[in-house]
Amino acid sequence: MIAVQVVALLLVALGATATVMARDPVRQAVVASLYGLTLGVLFFAFQAPDVALSNIVIGAVALPAMIMLAIAKTRN
Amino acid sequence: MARQAPPRRRPGELSFAGRRRLFVVGAVGLAGLLLWGLAGLPDFSTFTPVYGQVLNRVAVEERSTTDVVTAVNFDYRGFDTLGEEFILFAAVLVLGLLLRALAEERRGKIDDDAPRRHPGKTSDAVRLTTVALVGPTVLLAIYITAHGHLTPGGGFQGGVIAATALLLVYLGGDYAAMRRVRPLTLVTTAKAAGAGGFVLIGLGGLIFAGAFLQNFLPLGQPGHLVAAGTIPLLSLAVGLEVAGGFVLLLSELLDQLLVLRRRRERRSQ
Repeated sequence: MIAVQVVALLLVALGATATVMARDPVRQAVVASLYGLTLGVLFFAFQAPDVALSNIVIGAVALPAMIMLAIAKTRN
Repeated sequence: MARQAPPRRRPGELSFAGRRRLFVVGAVGLAGLLLWGLAGLPDFSTFTPVYGQVLNRVAVEERSTTDVVTAVNFDYRGFDTLGEEFILFAAVLVLGLLLRALAEERRGKIDDDAPRRHPGKTSDAVRLTTVALVGPTVLLAIYITAHGHLTPGGGFQGGVIAATALLLVYLGGDYAAMRRVRPLTLVTTAKAAGAGGFVLIGLGGLIFAGAFLQNFLPLGQPGHLVAAGTIPLLSLAVGLEVAGGFVLLLSELLDQLLVLRRRRERRSQ
């Protein structure tokens, strides 16, 4: 395992923990977005660039955006 | 205000200590099974599955693609991709159905639904950044979709990137601007054309090559933009479908948030 892969794994562990620890849903959506980005880095480091691309757009943009919109709708 | 007493335990319900015991037993069991499973995995970075190794050998020659993942997605297991595409298609349709304007709702002025909260004014820095990013994002989406058979990426990734360009317009401008750049009929047509196009190309394989989704077009040279037969066309179809699907998804959600109002004022009179 090369250094980049170790760092990517650690980042993912950190990001996942931070996502679980965030209590406020809005904040959690933003943290989840960063987590999606770290997962993208992980997939890239493990030579799966196709999956990395999908995850960066879905995990870091589309999913948090939808969570935010759903929260905004339910909060009134 | 008096504090509420903790809810009484109903007969047959576990006590707190009982639940904890059950959790510990379950957690230890799960950890044991996980460790056992992990110990049985192949060593790090040894890749043994035969199917993957065969494809890595033959895909470039057989299909003239330099991205084996795309060759797998749009050719070797194109039928699975068809299923996945229609899962997304159905999901977006159902979301549109669930979020439709109900009889007791009316279309109001574009504003936040929550009382005393209005969409914030965007700062000049955000406006400038998003305006500068919209063009490159669309270009990147087209590039990723069109080069799916050459470099990592393909219709799915490109489609979602295209949809994020629309999100940028909303972020930097406002909802009215976003509605102007996304004519809904065109978006729904693109989505339907993508989903239908995939099936039609598949039927082309059935007619001209004897099997559904069989690659029936000339393959050309590996590494060329026009190559790999039906793979780039299928990728384009998926790109249209995914971009249309996500644009619809975002529009429906934002519509709910900013435009549709319940007719509660009238009812209370």
